[in-house]
Amino acid sequence: MTDNGKPKLAMYWASSCGGCEISVLNIHENILTVDEVFDIAFFPCIADFKVKDVESYPDGYIDVCLFNGAIRNSENEEMAHLLRRKSKVLVAYGSCAYEGCIPALSNLTTKQATFNKVYFDNPSIDNPDKVLPQMVTEVPEGDLTLPNFYHTVKSLDQVVDVDYYLPGCPPEPPQIWAVLQVVVGALTEGKPLPPAGAIIGAGTTALCDECTREKKEKAIKRFYRPYEIQPDPDQCLLEQGIICMGIATRSGCGALCPTVGMGCRGCYGPPDGVEDQGAKMLSAIASVMDVGHESMEEDDLEEVIQEAMDSIADPIGTFYRFSMSHSILKRVKNGKGDA
Amino acid sequence: MERITIDPITRLEGHGKIEIFLNEEGNVKNAYLQIPELRGFEQFSIGRPAEEMPRITNRICGVCPEAHHMAATKALDALFDIEPSSVVKKLRELFYSSFYVTDHTVHFYALGGPDFVLGPDSDPAQRNILGVIHKVGVDIGKQVIECRKRNHEVIQMLGGRGVHPVAGLPGGWSKAMTPEEQKVILEFAQQNVEFALFSLKLFDDIVLANQAYVDLIVSDAFTHQTYYMGMVDDQNQVNFYDGMIRVTGPNGKELVKYHAKDYADHIAERVEPWSYLKFPYLKDVGWNGFVDGPDSGVYCATPLSRLNASDGMTTPQAQEHFERFYETLGSKKTNGRYAPVHHRLATHWARLVELLYAAERMLELVQDPEITDPNVRPVVTSTPTEGIGCVEAPRGTLTHHYKTDENGILTDVNLIVGTTNNNAPIAMSIKKAAEGLIKNGEVNQGLLNQVEMAFRNYDPCMSCATHSLPGQMPLEIQIRDHAGNLVDTLSQYVDQP
Repeated sequence: MTDNGKPKLAMYWASSCGGCEISVLNIHENILTVDEVFDIAFFPCIADFKVKDVESYPDGYIDVCLFNGAIRNSENEEMAHLLRRKSKVLVAYGSCAYEGCIPALSNLTTKQATFNKVYFDNPSIDNPDKVLPQMVTEVPEGDLTLPNFYHTVKSLDQVVDVDYYLPGCPPEPPQIWAVLQVVVGALTEGKPLPPAGAIIGAGTTALCDECTREKKEKAIKRFYRPYEIQPDPDQCLLEQGIICMGIATRSGCGALCPTVGMGCRGCYGPPDGVEDQGAKMLSAIASVMDVGHESMEEDDLEEVIQEAMDSIADPIGTFYRFSMSHSILKRVKNGKGDA
Repeated sequence: MERITIDPITRLEGHGKIEIFLNEEGNVKNAYLQIPELRGFEQFSIGRPAEEMPRITNRICGVCPEAHHMAATKALDALFDIEPSSVVKKLRELFYSSFYVTDHTVHFYALGGPDFVLGPDSDPAQRNILGVIHKVGVDIGKQVIECRKRNHEVIQMLGGRGVHPVAGLPGGWSKAMTPEEQKVILEFAQQNVEFALFSLKLFDDIVLANQAYVDLIVSDAFTHQTYYMGMVDDQNQVNFYDGMIRVTGPNGKELVKYHAKDYADHIAERVEPWSYLKFPYLKDVGWNGFVDGPDSGVYCATPLSRLNASDGMTTPQAQEHFERFYETLGSKKTNGRYAPVHHRLATHWARLVELLYAAERMLELVQDPEITDPNVRPVVTSTPTEGIGCVEAPRGTLTHHYKTDENGILTDVNLIVGTTNNNAPIAMSIKKAAEGLIKNGEVNQGLLNQVEMAFRNYDPCMSCATHSLPGQMPLEIQIRDHAGNLVDTLSQYVDQP
């Protein structure tokens, strides 16, 4: 193939849902501009290049690779290494590649428990011989192979070096378009790129800064499930006792979920200066709760605090909904998730 | 024995792989469709609060998150035993219809369409959405982009987000529609109806007017006689959002009609060691292998299946096109029902009839007098136990089944996803296409696209490549000798000049 001098763009999905590709398509007519500016080097979604093409490229041939999806199996990891080698700039695109996303809730259980649930123990299964998928299966005609399903879901930066992170599940189209314009400016006009390791296509502070709901002093007595109350349409959801992760989440989406009356779940990851999103949420909640009073006996106080905390359903699966791979918890120990 | 590996994605997207084995004469002995992916939602959802499922399970698929969101929301209705009010149902169905319009549009124009608009044997480098635009004009390309744009706007307006919506709640919806939004959506719905009619006309002009294409559609290589599944209302007419599940046989007769909650009495899933994806079949018939016919429990759940399993459509223009579909393909009507169409490539046409239905249904619902009723978020106080929710996803009947403790924390989750229904029939279609093309060891370059066409009509979701722009999965066929040595590689893709 010949080089027409245009910057080379790649987009690849590892273990993902396809929503990141849809988010790129949702820049709508701007997709035509992307097609004009870039030369597509690998993009299973919109072009026909194959792995053997990528393998044949010189190292660093791809200018920008948007890599989405988590590392779930051996094949995902092989592709991450290949694309790292072939790309000048590797972007962890979307929550899965950035920090594991919802599929990394799998790190709260085990591979064995997952196989058991999917293939042995469910209402519609018909598997009397306890068949499990195998990496190599001998059929009468020959061997059939499958990739190795990993025990742990990893983020992209846990297997290769990553230059930038573009958060969101999926990233919001205006942010994607803004990032692509910066990249184009850098590649065509020599404008500066953000510093290596930066989080791009998002704000720096907490989501609350862009949420239009009215905020007052937070003094939360107990928490409610989203179906237990009809929230006031204008007041901060957390103040009303509805778990909203905005306080521990990076801005950038425009506070879409709170706008329609649903608490944020943190898909843009933690804001600047926060290492662990779940820990941040926990400490934020502790500081806004208003239970008991100073004159109470210690035992009584402990009890009311416990009661208030118990009104939070599934703190780990909520506070780490999107960031499990990057969390300080990482995963449950082998076998502990079988219960 | 030679072995052919069609590896569209394991080396590329990681979603599917086809292995074809030849016998000593060089004819197809067997073919396997392997799905190398598993993400394990059924297990890691355990321990989560049930009401989070509409926001968790939409991450199964970013192409059809609205379908998972809706099946999960309906499972919550059942779990908390709360019947949604009529405005909630209408609002959800309106949202869902808009999603159907964008989803079916993408498939027709970007995925299935290029095979017909450009031709199955056209230059592979041109056989994509851009080629379609060159052939039929850039205005149509812009219309397709506009159609996606306006419907994603509706999805965000009503569901909170353009991808992975959040509004579903047990018995409710987090946000009502404002009268201002209603005006905008009304205009969009009208545009959708026009766009659907235009698309059907395009299908007429390009496909039906071309005898070679009609011959291809009705050819044996793309025909399978199986059972068909689809959701129907109380008049046995197609509905995507709610109804009973009806299964009809290869002869068109109803095998069974059941409530979605009874799915486990009618569907069972087999496991094969060579694929991570299970193979569902009809328990009422039994598993008899990857074969056609009334004795095989293999069933299909696609736009074609939904039409075959129903008696018609509820909207006037879609009903006209429904009748035309069957009449044109030579189907006879007995006892008020058309005999099923078994030609898998006709699924593309069926999808356009559904596109029109979705657009008309959206237009009906947005004009409903109560659609802007602000009371859409009930307070729920019941104790949850078990719930099953079901919708028609564009790629097949989608079932979510949850059990919880008394606090609504999930203890058990089972999911039967749209494309999973079609795992066995897709494998059969691939094998049949391969058998029709590979004779005496001669592997024709045209095989690649013909094999693609055999599965593309199902719009399989396990290969998200087929949901996106150029409408072809990068396929490569490797021919190996019995020792596994690579003797030849065929690819339909030309390198860039």
